Amino acid sequence: MNPQLIQLIMFYAFGAVAVGAALAVITLRNSVHAVLSLVLTFFSVACIWLLAEAEFLAIALIVVYVGAVMVLFLFVVMMLDIKMEQVREGFARYLPVGIIVALVMLAEMIGMIGVRAMGLHVMGEDPAAAAGLSNTAWLGHALYTQFLLPFEIAAIILTVGIVAAVALTLRHRGGVRHQSAAEQVAVDPRTRMRIVKMASETMPTETVPPVAPSQETSP
Amino acid sequence: MFDQFWTHLLLPVLYILAIVVPLILAVAMFVYWERKVIGWMHVRMGPNKIGPLGMLQAFADVVKLLIKEVILPTNSSKFLYYLAPMLALVPAFAAWAVVPFGEKMVLANVNAGVLYLLAMTSLGVYGIILAGWASNSRYALLGAMRSAAQVISYELAMGMSVVCVLVLTGSLNLTDIVHAQAGNKGFFDWYWLPLLPVFIIYFISGVAETNRAPFDVAEGESEIVAGFHVEYSGSAFAIFFLAEYASMILVSFLAAIFFMGGWLSPLQGWITADAPRWINWIWTGGFIWLFIKAFLFSFLFLWFRASFPRYRYDQIMRLGWKVFIPITIVWVFVAGLMKYYGWVTIGTGA
Repeated sequence: MNPQLIQLIMFYAFGAVAVGAALAVITLRNSVHAVLSLVLTFFSVACIWLLAEAEFLAIALIVVYVGAVMVLFLFVVMMLDIKMEQVREGFARYLPVGIIVALVMLAEMIGMIGVRAMGLHVMGEDPAAAAGLSNTAWLGHALYTQFLLPFEIAAIILTVGIVAAVALTLRHRGGVRHQSAAEQVAVDPRTRMRIVKMASETMPTETVPPVAPSQETSP
Repeated sequence: MFDQFWTHLLLPVLYILAIVVPLILAVAMFVYWERKVIGWMHVRMGPNKIGPLGMLQAFADVVKLLIKEVILPTNSSKFLYYLAPMLALVPAFAAWAVVPFGEKMVLANVNAGVLYLLAMTSLGVYGIILAGWASNSRYALLGAMRSAAQVISYELAMGMSVVCVLVLTGSLNLTDIVHAQAGNKGFFDWYWLPLLPVFIIYFISGVAETNRAPFDVAEGESEIVAGFHVEYSGSAFAIFFLAEYASMILVSFLAAIFFMGGWLSPLQGWITADAPRWINWIWTGGFIWLFIKAFLFSFLFLWFRASFPRYRYDQIMRLGWKVFIPITIVWVFVAGLMKYYGWVTIGTGA
């Protein structure tokens, strides 16, 4: 059992799970199950990337897609209660477009595999290994030195996108009464409550004699 | 053949058991300790009948839960209903793989350790959300929605505060993070000092992330009974319980590692005496220090629970998005300045 063989077996295992889960995404009737299959697909692909020693990309895939994006997907699907039968009705109508997209993707994949099979290193050698760094460290160095400007531009574009999304959905309706947590937190007790200082009252010097039992009983 | 079998399969499994079994025992004792502490704070006795001082109470509860029936609600999604507790438990345990307990006392000393932790903690939300959905109950679904939104929001604040630690350390490796806090100024060398606001935010976010009081709207008893696990009984409920407490202990350990110097001694650099090994850990550092720190942090969880009333849901969201995240973003910048101007020194070389 040499490590390479184990790695190969694991690759096929993860690949089979990824393909199976991807098929489940488009065949399962229940939309929540379909979203969960998509999660499994992402997870298996992340495992394959780990095998390829791209650990940063793999973990980023899990953090971003599995941990955040798919949870929101799940939210939406659970809330919308989509009837899958209605979604499926357009199957025949969209089939030609789907087949064209699938054919183009197939051609691209075959082209890529063919280029790799001819032994051409299109992307060059693995730069992380050449620099003697771990994948994560090399990515960090490259992003913040060589690719700093594109990185910053991407950040600005994303920020603009977020601001635009917030601006599009944020509506101030008049005449609606709602609580403002900020105002509630900023409340000053002095505006709500008055503390009255007064001298303590003293007990009467004469102790009250105990009430006679005869007075207590009602007529 | 046997050699390979031993080093590649059996030994890692033994290491994993050496972490998981004490973790489960710690959860049991932590539950006991919680009930005892809250009892004292309420001027009650707490559990005191089973075993000496009631110490076996948690085990009695576990046995009781395990022999109870797991009830499947009608019209629930059976597969997901049984899958959800496991999805909650697996990330809570898997995250422990990268936690360094001491010098070289770590199961997987990976370079992307912090990323792995973030990935694992972000997976825990699936158990909650699926439990809520699969139960086919309104209360459960409401609890799951609240919990998921809360966990995702506070994950950001938590992640940004960890980014401050990463900026100062320059490494994603948890062992490196602890090493970077070594020095000869005692506990002033740890990150809690330069990153004080972030340290507080990290821990509060950790409390919110584990859905503990005062951020436990996910299982607000007075509103939605028990939230996402309201339909769960018996061992399935026990697994949710185990996952919640395991992640509480995890957050305590991580707060100790990120901001309180991990296994380093608070007296580091102040005492340089030669002493036998069983006594010099007090100033050279050892895993006992990490456990003491983690114990104090986990005690804070209980203290909060007995002290604070529950936050309202919109206040939780406001705190996370409008207070914590802006502060952490500002502090990332401050941490960058500290690093750039060399105000914070790293490691023993200082």
